[in-house]
Amino acid sequence: MAYSPLAIEHKEGLQHQFVDAEQQRNAVSLGMWLFLATEIMFFGGMFCAYLVYRYWYYNEFAAGSRSIDIYLGTINTAVLICSSLTVALGVKAAQLGKRKLLVTLLLITLLFGLAFLAIKGVEWYDKYKEHHIPGPSFSAQDLIEKYPQIPIDPRPTQIYFSLYFAMTGLHALHMIVGVGIFSFILFQAWKGRFTPEYHTPVEISGLYWHFVDIIWIYLFPLLYLIDRKPLK
Amino acid sequence: MAGNVDALYIFLVLLAGFMCVAIFTMIVVFAMRYRQRRGQQAEPIEGSVALEVTWSVAPLAIFMVIFLWGAIIYFQERTPPRGADEVYVVAKQWMWKLEHEQGQREINELHIPVGRDVKLIMTSQDVIHSFYVPAFRIKQDVLPGRYTTAWFHATKPGVYHLFCAEYCGTAHSGMIGQIVILEPAQYQAWLSGGLTSGSLAANGETIFQQLGCPTCHRFDTQGRGPNLTGIFGKPVQLEDGRTVIADENYIRESILSPAAKIVSGFKPIMPTFQGLVSEEQLTALVAYVKSLSPAPSGAKPAPGTKPQESKE
Amino acid sequence: MATAALTAEREHYLNTDYGIRSWLLTTDHKRIALLYLVTITLFFFIGGFFALLIRLELLTPAGDLVQADTYNKLFTMHGQVMIFFFLIPSIPAVLGNFLVPMMVGAKDLAFPRINLLSWYLLVIAGIIMLHCIITGGVDSGWTFYTPFSTAFSNTKVIEAGIAIFIAGFSSILTGLNFVVTIHRMRAPGMTWSRLPLFIWAHYATSIIQLLGTPVLAVTLLLVVFERAFNLGIFDPTRGGDPLLFQHLFWFYSHPAVYIMILPSMGVVAEIIPCFSRKRIFGYSAVAMSSIAIAVFGFLVWAHHMFVAGISLYSAMIFSILSYLVAVPSAIKVFNWTATMYKGSIRFNTPMLYAMGFIGLFTMGGLTGLFLAALGIDVHVTDTYFVVAHFHYIMVGGAVMGYLGGMHFWWPKISGRMYPEWLGRFAALTVFLGFNLTFFPQFILGYLGMPRRYWQYPPEFQVLNVMSTAGSTILAVGYVLPMVYFLWSMRYGKIADANPWGAAGLEWKTASPPPTSNFEEIPEVTWEAYNYHEIPAPEEVPVGLQPTRN
Repeated sequence: MAYSPLAIEHKEGLQHQFVDAEQQRNAVSLGMWLFLATEIMFFGGMFCAYLVYRYWYYNEFAAGSRSIDIYLGTINTAVLICSSLTVALGVKAAQLGKRKLLVTLLLITLLFGLAFLAIKGVEWYDKYKEHHIPGPSFSAQDLIEKYPQIPIDPRPTQIYFSLYFAMTGLHALHMIVGVGIFSFILFQAWKGRFTPEYHTPVEISGLYWHFVDIIWIYLFPLLYLIDRKPLK
Repeated sequence: MAGNVDALYIFLVLLAGFMCVAIFTMIVVFAMRYRQRRGQQAEPIEGSVALEVTWSVAPLAIFMVIFLWGAIIYFQERTPPRGADEVYVVAKQWMWKLEHEQGQREINELHIPVGRDVKLIMTSQDVIHSFYVPAFRIKQDVLPGRYTTAWFHATKPGVYHLFCAEYCGTAHSGMIGQIVILEPAQYQAWLSGGLTSGSLAANGETIFQQLGCPTCHRFDTQGRGPNLTGIFGKPVQLEDGRTVIADENYIRESILSPAAKIVSGFKPIMPTFQGLVSEEQLTALVAYVKSLSPAPSGAKPAPGTKPQESKE
Repeated sequence: MATAALTAEREHYLNTDYGIRSWLLTTDHKRIALLYLVTITLFFFIGGFFALLIRLELLTPAGDLVQADTYNKLFTMHGQVMIFFFLIPSIPAVLGNFLVPMMVGAKDLAFPRINLLSWYLLVIAGIIMLHCIITGGVDSGWTFYTPFSTAFSNTKVIEAGIAIFIAGFSSILTGLNFVVTIHRMRAPGMTWSRLPLFIWAHYATSIIQLLGTPVLAVTLLLVVFERAFNLGIFDPTRGGDPLLFQHLFWFYSHPAVYIMILPSMGVVAEIIPCFSRKRIFGYSAVAMSSIAIAVFGFLVWAHHMFVAGISLYSAMIFSILSYLVAVPSAIKVFNWTATMYKGSIRFNTPMLYAMGFIGLFTMGGLTGLFLAALGIDVHVTDTYFVVAHFHYIMVGGAVMGYLGGMHFWWPKISGRMYPEWLGRFAALTVFLGFNLTFFPQFILGYLGMPRRYWQYPPEFQVLNVMSTAGSTILAVGYVLPMVYFLWSMRYGKIADANPWGAAGLEWKTASPPPTSNFEEIPEVTWEAYNYHEIPAPEEVPVGLQPTRN
């Protein structure tokens, strides 16, 4: 009896190690939740570092926060929230077997995701122009001059921006992976792969996308909204 | 202090030894007594809640005793007595630079008269090091960017190893020296034999003048910066509402990162001296600011009175 | 191949397909386990080679075998290779992968392709690590303390950091697979309280792998960024805090030691009942202790930092918590010992390793009490006392458990018996060599010899020579099993399905098992460790004859 090195599919989508489709669904779902737990710990380490330094260097963090574009950040937040909506609607469409609707919603989600990345690119470019990218060309001089009433030390300011780029960069990387996953899911949906009985990949990809959204929901106030009070 | 540490150590050795012997004996006895024999079956035993509780609670109780004992010793180790002689230590790859209050400088050696409390105020110029004197049972990591402290009270003259105990690069194992504990007469002889360049605080005053600090830090209330007389060791109210104690770390930070803690009622106009002062100069400045405050209450015991624990 | 000839018509996972592709593209958890076996054995000997060089250098007080920088690289890479490329994978990736599905009554793990990916991640990480070693190495210490690692070391810190980062994901994915399998793929009737303790141990281990490793990953990432782009996150001259690094690092690296020991404890909990022919004493206590160790293990990390400059009060809290985490380990030791009471004991190689484990783990664990005591830790931290402590646990504990498990399940894995007398000889050699190597180090530490010292004051030489002598004996003990396991694959006695008369679903299937593990999924109606229902094997394989009374 020949042994295929890849999973043998007996029924539609059922992998050989599972007893039935329900076990597969439960296992896959639990797997994704556990994976998201690991991602929380991953970002959590950085959030920890951020919280410590923000407490110690509030002024520098506030100045850095004021220097990033709150309008673009807000737009991006809205984009991601809308994309989570289309994802949730897409899962519903898959449950109801509505292929065309599913494909449309996935496509819109993808476009939202790409829009987010594009806007993020614009923000980073702005930082590049302002010499706020940490490294040899970093300079906080513009902030020191802009806010003379607040004592600003350039060294912790660089820490703010290091964490800004690390956190938004890793988030963007997760977005790119999400876009890749959804491209694949879109392709599969278009080919008619998903039915009301089998659409687990759509569900778990949706979970991942919601998670990336939630990370942004935390990042946005932490990075953009430290202190937007008008200065005296 | 070393005696206390050794007492706990011996207790733990005896306890661990006893537990090991007990467990090993049981294993050997069970292995021999219950060896597989024809016609004899193992007895199916499920467990015993009473035993589980006993051997959970009893170890826990013993552990709490050990914890308390160790914690008390640690509390004493980390609380330098008032009025201790102070020695400033700057660690760098790969040597120890030590400076007495009176100004004597030493490299990799520390001469101390027997029977004195000595408090070490330490920082590093580069990476993390660790000041370790096995004979005194003391060890404290020495960090860049801040001061850490340790203290000891030597009771026997002699020469004792000083090791660096935190890996710091190529010559980590070469960063060793000695603590030389001398009889009072010998210590006087050592003192007079060396050149000094003035006490640490006097050096600090010179640097204070040279860097122009009195321009703002006047000794009246007219200055643009706070009057530094009498502030050391006292609470300071900051602009943002916090209150901190003006200790060595606070003084050092205020020189290098003045914006971090602005005193209430003053503007953030002090420039940073990062890169303009060396660690030794910082040490001298800290000593100078300290000298502007009255000495801590609690007279220093005269040398030779009341030695505390015996040491190896 | 001889395997096929001797096992004639019966098809099993080893002979079902030949060729490189059938191995490198396999999704069979048993084959993946063997792929891991090869990989981690290779890294064990690389790490062991570094250890041998270290011990040779330490024969004399002067630094005369290698240069100081080389020595610093040797102890760094010994630690990194042994921890990340041998110990952390070892039991879970080899024995866990092989046995977890069978023990719960499943045909494979939940995600076989992710399992294969795990292996590839370890291999890729290993290649990067090897490249790092060959092209100059790294000397930051396996602990990567900043600012030395980020701003002062002139070696390949970034490459080593990346290698370990990738290896971490291998570990996370293995943990994920196990948790899902144990939760969702147990056979009918296999309730939680019927699971073997090996499964409980791996469950606890997997939780730690899932929740702890990502923190190390992001910390190493920040170190790599700092070094590559000259940032200042952990550098005090640029506003950063070296202690923040230590907290983030140890938040993973302390639970990591429980990743290394819990699986071993699970192995011992299988071996002792089998060779005592009775149920483990206190099943629930041992199972709950595994979970307790995993939970408490996350709360004690700063006991590595008592002299690092943390506050007095933090130190007290972490010290108390460290004593709490010691209690479940003590409970386990007592329960294993009590299992032997009124048993019917045989002394095959696995049992010798298990008994050795109990002894050495007890010694190592008791010395942990010394380190948790604040007043003592000030004196012995960063000395050879700590080195001895963790080697007693990791080598005397984890490696002994690993070897015991390899011997115990070897018949299942390969269908062959290893040579019993050689096995016992190797076990004793390991035990004696180990103690001679590491016991003197406790004394060295209390006398004040710091760790990571290339040269040392002459008064420490005698104990160092003893330690090096022991290490050569230990090396022999480790080489022997490798040789005779390989030998047994061709010449070893054929094993039947259950040569030890052991309980557990894995023993109900053939040796070696068929690819799908079971002809049909069993339905479990009996409790674990039902030794009163399983007759002892008539003849103890190649060994001790039952004595007459």
